[in-house]
Amino acid sequence: MMPLEHWLAGAILASLTAYVLGAGADFGGGVWDLLAFGPRARAQRTLIAHAIGPIWEANHVWLILVVVLLFVAFPTGFALLMTALHVPLTFMLVGIVLRGSAFTFRSYGRVSDARQEQWGRVFAVASLLTPIALGVCVGTIASGAIRTRDGRLAVGFFETWAAPFPFVVGLLAVALFAFLAAVYLTLETDDPALCDDFRARALASGVVVGLVAFAALALARRDAPGLYSGLAARSGALLFQAATGSCAVGALAAIWQRRFAAARVLAIAQAALVLWGWGWAQWPYLVPPDLTFEASAAPQAVLGLVLAALVAGGLLLVPSLVYLFRVFKAAPHH
Amino acid sequence: MSNLLAARLQMAVSLGFHIVFAVAGMAMPLLMAIAERRWLATKDPVWRELAQRWAQGTAILFAVGAVSGTVLSFELGLLWPSFMAFAGPIFGMPFALEGFAFFTEAIFLGVYLYGWDRVSPRAHWWSGVVVAVSGALSGAFVVIANGWMNTPTGFRVVDGRAADIDPIAAMNNPASPSEIVHMLLAAYAALGFAVAAIHAYMLRRDSRNAFHRRALAVALWVGGVAALLQPLSGDWIAKQVARTQPVKFAAMEGHFQTEAGAPIRIGGITDKAARRTRYALEIPYALSVLAHANPHARVTGLEEFPETDWPPVGVVHLAFDLMVGCGVAMAAVTLLGAWMAWRARQLPDARWYLSLLIACGPLGMIAIEAGWTVTEVGRQPWIIHGVMRTADAVSPMPGLWVPFVTVSSLYVFLGFVVVFLLRRHVFASPR
Repeated sequence: MMPLEHWLAGAILASLTAYVLGAGADFGGGVWDLLAFGPRARAQRTLIAHAIGPIWEANHVWLILVVVLLFVAFPTGFALLMTALHVPLTFMLVGIVLRGSAFTFRSYGRVSDARQEQWGRVFAVASLLTPIALGVCVGTIASGAIRTRDGRLAVGFFETWAAPFPFVVGLLAVALFAFLAAVYLTLETDDPALCDDFRARALASGVVVGLVAFAALALARRDAPGLYSGLAARSGALLFQAATGSCAVGALAAIWQRRFAAARVLAIAQAALVLWGWGWAQWPYLVPPDLTFEASAAPQAVLGLVLAALVAGGLLLVPSLVYLFRVFKAAPHH
Repeated sequence: MSNLLAARLQMAVSLGFHIVFAVAGMAMPLLMAIAERRWLATKDPVWRELAQRWAQGTAILFAVGAVSGTVLSFELGLLWPSFMAFAGPIFGMPFALEGFAFFTEAIFLGVYLYGWDRVSPRAHWWSGVVVAVSGALSGAFVVIANGWMNTPTGFRVVDGRAADIDPIAAMNNPASPSEIVHMLLAAYAALGFAVAAIHAYMLRRDSRNAFHRRALAVALWVGGVAALLQPLSGDWIAKQVARTQPVKFAAMEGHFQTEAGAPIRIGGITDKAARRTRYALEIPYALSVLAHANPHARVTGLEEFPETDWPPVGVVHLAFDLMVGCGVAMAAVTLLGAWMAWRARQLPDARWYLSLLIACGPLGMIAIEAGWTVTEVGRQPWIIHGVMRTADAVSPMPGLWVPFVTVSSLYVFLGFVVVFLLRRHVFASPR
């Protein structure tokens, strides 16, 4: 029987995956709003707004679940991360606030077009900056720069994250989110020209994801040696890399061939494998190289209760989510 | 500015901002669901229009509530990491449950806002009901966590660490039940009165407008019933605080000396050095009745506690009086309106009464802000009452005034924008 803290670590990674696949794509939509150009720029923006509108708030809740699970199940790890990553997390929060409120202000403003456009710009820029901040946080954790002594933070509040590797991971997050959004959007419209627009964007961003991923891996060798050895040298690492790579290549090939439903499945698999690859490479550490999941875990009785709550909540949540997505994502609409 | 003060101010600004939107997220869906229910029953399109207009306002308020709530869940750790390292496993359970309630609320609000033409009218109405119920549950779970900070249960402290943690016992803390009821009633009363004020304003210009008459009726029912029940819940919560947090109770009342047959002191100036409250209006025996339901009961004064354990007495006392004053005014205005409605068998729409409702519009929100000031400032210097001091919980990160200024300016800006947008949105009559 797997220890309880492993189940909870898995639940956190699963929630983070759901956040990336849902909210990540919503942020990616904002990036394409920012980069909208050509004769159909307005139609692109409208499609993005329609795709995001009904679901972004539900997608957003996964992040809250990640935070709550962290502080219930791994309280010392949570305290350490919130202290070490105070600055980039604050940037991320400002981005989250501006993205969400600007999007709503634009949709419901009942004001002039000029003002709506301003809110559209705030929404789009915040959609670009928030994933960078999120990626910087993940990159900092993965790099192993957060050191502790006697359970206390033993490094400064800036030098851990103000480094090349975290920012490359930030770029990777943006590229991945934009890629997911473009792939999803090909299926959200029945206008062939709009579909082509997002097909081209999916191909371009897919290539960028690959390039940035290689850059991150190359940098990791020097800047995140623990992660690098996990990703490259562990037994089975090659298999993991091969699976991620095949999904990436397969997704691009499917987009090229206009098999968008297949492309969506492959893109989702690719994004999930990137996340799980990170989790797997730094296992069993929550904050490498000093703090494991086990060492920061709450007492077993608490973990058991939280797991029970997760199962019960999941029984409520999954049908509701299925209903939401069936209502709004069953058929393309304008 | 000290780091501790900056962190406390940031938390205060974040909570004070979020609570307005959280209240709207709890209570607006109830108004929407009532209006839509009336539409389903009568097929009168005015009711549908009302539900839709309220839904649009809710969308703005809910979005800002969702993102500012996210900020708070991070701030617990960003500002108070030692507190969360200690308390996370003990009082995290209600937050996890709140996560699911909030999930449900967000999902069905999406269905409600965007699904008018995509789901059946009945399914649509039920989505609204689910939003209203899960919104109230979200609020209740968060208040349970706050109740635990006031009356911590479900653990022992061994060598500065928590042992024998029992999250269920922590949820069953003595402060929660009365706090939940008090908060939910406050939410419905405050929002009902705020919405009533808006429609009263429109009716003063156009007194026969069917849309605003119905809107005012629903808002007055919701706000009025809650405002009339609130004094009862206030009595319950006062007795609970007197029993479990006597030092907070004494500060609320500006009550320095322990005495039997104690009076309630309204207003006045608390004088810490002289240990008395000057110039207050005193109601004899009332405090003993409020605290212990007995006019001759002894009420513990601040003098029984070391001064280092006192909260800022003046702030807590005035905030308490402000809250009670607003609540009494709302209940009185409700009684007056109910009497007029009963006499005339119609909506109380006299111009002077509409003006009175406009004046009362902000009272509920003011009472909520003041009430949370009583709860939170009244718990100082503790972050967990009697267990951990706020000063020992604050983040070691230097320069906390920077995030404080950042978050505050962001919220001031957003606050202006929301007021601007809602002003355009609500001060308009359909057709």
